[in-house]
Amino acid sequence: ATATMMNADLRKERAAATFQPELLTHILDGGAERTRRRKEIEALVINDPDFQHEDLNFLSRSQRYEQAIRKSSLMVMKLREYGIADPEEIYWFKSFVHRGRPEPLDLHLGMFLPTLLTQATPEQQDRFFMPAWNLEIIGTYAQTEMGHGTHLRGLETTATYDPATQEFILNSPTVTSIKWWPGGLGKTSNHAIVLAQLYTQGQCKGLHAFIVPIRQLGTHEPLPGITVGDIGPKFGYDEMDNGYLKMDNFRIPRENMLMKYAQVEPDGTYVKPLSDKLTYGTMVFIRSLIVGDSARSLSRACTIAIRYSAVRHQSELKPGEPEPQILDYQTQQYKLFPLLATAYAFHFVGAYIKDTYRRISGDINEGDLSELPELHALTAGLKAFTSWTANAGIEECRMACGGHGYSRCSGIPDIYVTFTPSCTYEGENTVMMLQTARFLVKSYTQVSSGQRVTGMVSYLNDFSRQRIQPQHVAARSVTVRINEPVSLVEAYKARAARLVEAAAKNLQAELNHRKSKEDAWNRTSVDLVRASEAHCHYVIVKLFTAKLSEISNAAVRAVLTELCLLYALYGISKNTGDFLQAGILTDAQITQVNQHVKELLAIIRPNAVALVDSFDFHDVHLGSVLGRYDGNVYENMFEWAKKSPLNKTEVHESFHKHLKPMQAKL
Amino acid sequence: SVNPDLASERQTASFSVEKLTAWLDGGAEHTRLRRAVVEVIERDPVFSRENQYFQSQNERYEVAVKKAVHLQKKMHEMGWTESGPEFKYIYRAVSGDVAFLLHSIFIRSISVLGSDKQIAKWIPLASQYKLIGSYAQTELGHGTYLQGLETTAVFDITTQEFILNTPKISAMKWWPGDMGRSATHTVVFAQLYVHGKCYGVHPFIVQIRSLQDHSLCPGIIAGDIGPKMNFEHIDNGYLMLQNVRVPRENMLNKFCEVQPDGTYVRRGSPKINYFTMTTVRISLISHEVVIPLMKACTIAIRYSVVRRQSKLKPGEQEAKILDYQTQQEKLLPQLAAAYAFRFIDDYLQELFNRGYGEIQRNNFDMLPELHALSSGFKALVSQFGTSGVKICLQACGGHGYSLLSGLPSLYTKILASCIYEGENTILLLQTARFLIKCFMAASTGQHIPPSVTYLAAVKPKKCPAKNKLDFLRPDIYTEAYQHTAVRLISSTAAKLQDLIQSGVKKYNAWNQCTVQLVQAVKAHCHYITVKNFVETVEKLETTTGIQKIMKHLCDLFALHGIFSNTGVFLHDGYISGEQMDMVTASYLDLLAIIRKDAVPLVDAFDFTDSSLNSALGSYDGQVYQRLYEWAQKSPTNKQMSPAYEKYLKPLLHNTLSKL
Repeated sequence: ATATMMNADLRKERAAATFQPELLTHILDGGAERTRRRKEIEALVINDPDFQHEDLNFLSRSQRYEQAIRKSSLMVMKLREYGIADPEEIYWFKSFVHRGRPEPLDLHLGMFLPTLLTQATPEQQDRFFMPAWNLEIIGTYAQTEMGHGTHLRGLETTATYDPATQEFILNSPTVTSIKWWPGGLGKTSNHAIVLAQLYTQGQCKGLHAFIVPIRQLGTHEPLPGITVGDIGPKFGYDEMDNGYLKMDNFRIPRENMLMKYAQVEPDGTYVKPLSDKLTYGTMVFIRSLIVGDSARSLSRACTIAIRYSAVRHQSELKPGEPEPQILDYQTQQYKLFPLLATAYAFHFVGAYIKDTYRRISGDINEGDLSELPELHALTAGLKAFTSWTANAGIEECRMACGGHGYSRCSGIPDIYVTFTPSCTYEGENTVMMLQTARFLVKSYTQVSSGQRVTGMVSYLNDFSRQRIQPQHVAARSVTVRINEPVSLVEAYKARAARLVEAAAKNLQAELNHRKSKEDAWNRTSVDLVRASEAHCHYVIVKLFTAKLSEISNAAVRAVLTELCLLYALYGISKNTGDFLQAGILTDAQITQVNQHVKELLAIIRPNAVALVDSFDFHDVHLGSVLGRYDGNVYENMFEWAKKSPLNKTEVHESFHKHLKPMQAKL
Repeated sequence: SVNPDLASERQTASFSVEKLTAWLDGGAEHTRLRRAVVEVIERDPVFSRENQYFQSQNERYEVAVKKAVHLQKKMHEMGWTESGPEFKYIYRAVSGDVAFLLHSIFIRSISVLGSDKQIAKWIPLASQYKLIGSYAQTELGHGTYLQGLETTAVFDITTQEFILNTPKISAMKWWPGDMGRSATHTVVFAQLYVHGKCYGVHPFIVQIRSLQDHSLCPGIIAGDIGPKMNFEHIDNGYLMLQNVRVPRENMLNKFCEVQPDGTYVRRGSPKINYFTMTTVRISLISHEVVIPLMKACTIAIRYSVVRRQSKLKPGEQEAKILDYQTQQEKLLPQLAAAYAFRFIDDYLQELFNRGYGEIQRNNFDMLPELHALSSGFKALVSQFGTSGVKICLQACGGHGYSLLSGLPSLYTKILASCIYEGENTILLLQTARFLIKCFMAASTGQHIPPSVTYLAAVKPKKCPAKNKLDFLRPDIYTEAYQHTAVRLISSTAAKLQDLIQSGVKKYNAWNQCTVQLVQAVKAHCHYITVKNFVETVEKLETTTGIQKIMKHLCDLFALHGIFSNTGVFLHDGYISGEQMDMVTASYLDLLAIIRKDAVPLVDAFDFTDSSLNSALGSYDGQVYQRLYEWAQKSPTNKQMSPAYEKYLKPLLHNTLSKL
């Protein structure tokens, strides 16, 4: 009977909230109607017996893969049955089916089909698209090799054109050239889009994409000349058959090169593509998804840690009184509330990038690429900034749950291992930060030479007026009022300006030391990364602050303003050196900032549970015993543990095999 | 053959790797002995970890039990004993991958808390493995806060027995290692009740499984708590007690006893309990934190000279990733930290030995300091170590995420050290209590322990550095650390005083200062780590080349700490903005210098390939070949996946086209 009742602590927390969580949920979803639709789709999946299965934590890797494949095929059928076609709705559906985890058809749906759409000729679309749509062809996208990841030009796979047979001969000439990591390649796919260095008429024409059949239709056995398999166990991603692919003189017809842009004619003549900027678009899109993912993953971890901290009682604060909820300890609030604020900040940044991308892709279709470089630079940096922060934040949430956070039943280990690789894939984070830095330095140089820059970097214009003065960009007196988000945006802006300037100047100094351009860049890269981080941090504070004015409900706006302040002030307190060194804030102000952060913790405390309830994760999706909505943690931990594989028999077979013989001998 | 990119790194070492190894081991004869032990273990196929990454939780557990059993045989065969010189190398040699680790804690707790009579009865049984012990303290609802434990032991005077009960679900014992499947006995910590009066938490020996058929004893519900982030080889367990009766003699009664008539007697000092915790915390720093951090550095640094990516100069070969400043900035501070904490371990061991000597002379004066330092350092080192291993993992790009790199399992294991044997934040706050107390005592001129005397010598001044080279002077940076620690401790103490004087209740004032207190304690421990590193370097002979490279590492460790926490050093103007730019410049210069010796510095840790168990970190650097070979051993490649016949085939064979 107790199991169906809500834990008293959580009930109390919810009753004390100063705002209605549903209203905030609507804001996160982009409107009440979107929330309704999301829940409708959620219900379709969660109430569907076809999508039920044993807790994945108890399954082996092979079993998890099997479950994922089973659900993926059902998912494709049901999506069509229900007529769900909107990309965001597909995303929801998929995410509920797989509970936020990767699945073996990810690359087929997310890369193979879209690449066919954008890069295949009409003839190729006829041959491949419908079979792929109907899953007779399952494809993956084989780019990364064992020896090369983010640095694409270094890829070694070759595709040599043979005009005699009008075929490309694909080879993996070295061990390092073996394709490594592509999802769905290990066991699932029968085709792959392979990226290879194209050789024709004795010349290398750079990277191009080829459609390569890899397994026999019917038997699913690898084709002659193809060596393919699974790369083995990983840190998470158990459902995914990340694979390797080695090709030995494997021939494909000329028509299998994706030829909407570049072409090889029957005689081997190479025809260049018109523009290569278009490929930016996909990267920007995928990186912007990671920003949203950072927000969602961190939100899930915060939901678990904050609900559990309201349920768990420990130690004593006041002698003689009952043990307090651990959420009442200042150290616990200090761990969790800044992360909660961060999760909200990232939600709004994710939404901003998504909208901006949507707007700009309209321009791109009309041939206007002017905004693309900035968006590209911004998403690279924000992808790195948000994924690093969320990664550390999820870990912090787990630690805040003490020992139980370490159990898989908490759900946080799973969120962590699923999310963490996003610091590396789709562009390694440090490399991403340096791409943003390149844009920042370029903008700085433009401003120094008298041009004006626009967009998020326009703050760099401000110092051109002050160039005559021999002081730092930021040394002009910014009177920061630490209770006002708008004023804090200015402080972050000044910090970003100062760090961009410092990095640019150090770079120039290195160049003056008769270093090569590359060497100078390398010797300044630690500074450059710091500059990019400061820039991204500014953008986030700015976007969060801007969001506040859009919120009509006063109670919701009040609580979001508190979170925004906490986000901004906590960021300052963690980076006091930058603000002090640039003279943006004084010692006394820093002390006030630290004090105000702690006051905000106490202010946010009564709304903490309501703020995570607003994320509106269904228990099934959350997958956590510690983070259950009803808060009945301990009894359900026991129920969960009883299902552990080690408990299948009362006496484990190791007793008979090892223990007993030893006891007899000693 | 050794990969030429790795071989070339070794040719330019500025010091003798073998000599550094011997120094780290405490002498060449120790190195020989360690290698001999490692060789015996690694030559025995039972101890192989080759398939570890492919095994299920059930398989890992079984292998761990098998290894533990075999280890007993091996020790007997080799004539190794638990008090012999070889013993301390065994754990490193098996990489901790054995069962029954709690068995020794069971033995230790009886030896420390039991009477002579109890020791005589239980220890021989345990040493001969007639029974397998565990240690059941943590409950579902309570961890570090022991007074909150809810298990009860009620004395029944008529039968002279204790009746043990788990009165509610949160009182279940939860987490104890070896208890889920293996243990026959355990030491249960429970609230003692005699005649209705509660006497607090006491230890009781309870049999949980039959010695004949291993089935659960009456009144016992026990099992495995389910999968975790790591420790798949350990059967962490749960235990529920329902009116389980144990004889009066089963309460460990060296310090407290319930007499037949129910009289409760306390004797001796309960402080000694702290001493056991101190021992465990100190020993885990080396085995569970420093060694994994060293392994992670070895793997990441070797891989970073084998991996080439992108070009530094046009027209040249792609560069080794360790030549990128950002990569150096990730890895080299972790390497410096591994050395710094290796030396802190020496420092704590020495302090511990001295303290132990005093205790044996019945002098408990050193206990508070020892307790505070072991708590603070356990927290600091495990936190730094965990973040260090994670940085190493993420510095290896995609391949770091493969279990075959060895890094994910090092990471998921080391991060548990932030929680077990005392949750880090709580430990830091325990050290904070000690520091604040000492600070108050110092300000009134009382005597305080040696590690904190610097608190009494507050010198308000500015950093005297004039150029970036000044920041390579140990006196300059040590003083900066000292100044910062004093500032943070004194300002927090002042705030605490202010709050109390303004009428805030003491406990409330404490809670309001805890965030600052945590920061202050970290600054204190960081300062001692830097100071100890400096002193360690000073003791080295200047002729060997080892001294020179250790000095560089010491500088790097110190400057990295300032570089990553600029705010606390700038805050009161102790270091000026201009000086901070000098710190950064010196710090970045050091990266390039240490870069040259990075591989020899990890080689000196002297891990065998089997102990690293990493496709990326082997001595020969044949990274890609090994990764490819190991992947093919994955069970996923050995058989056709059942998923194909069951799901993929119908999918591919057009069942969808009907839609």
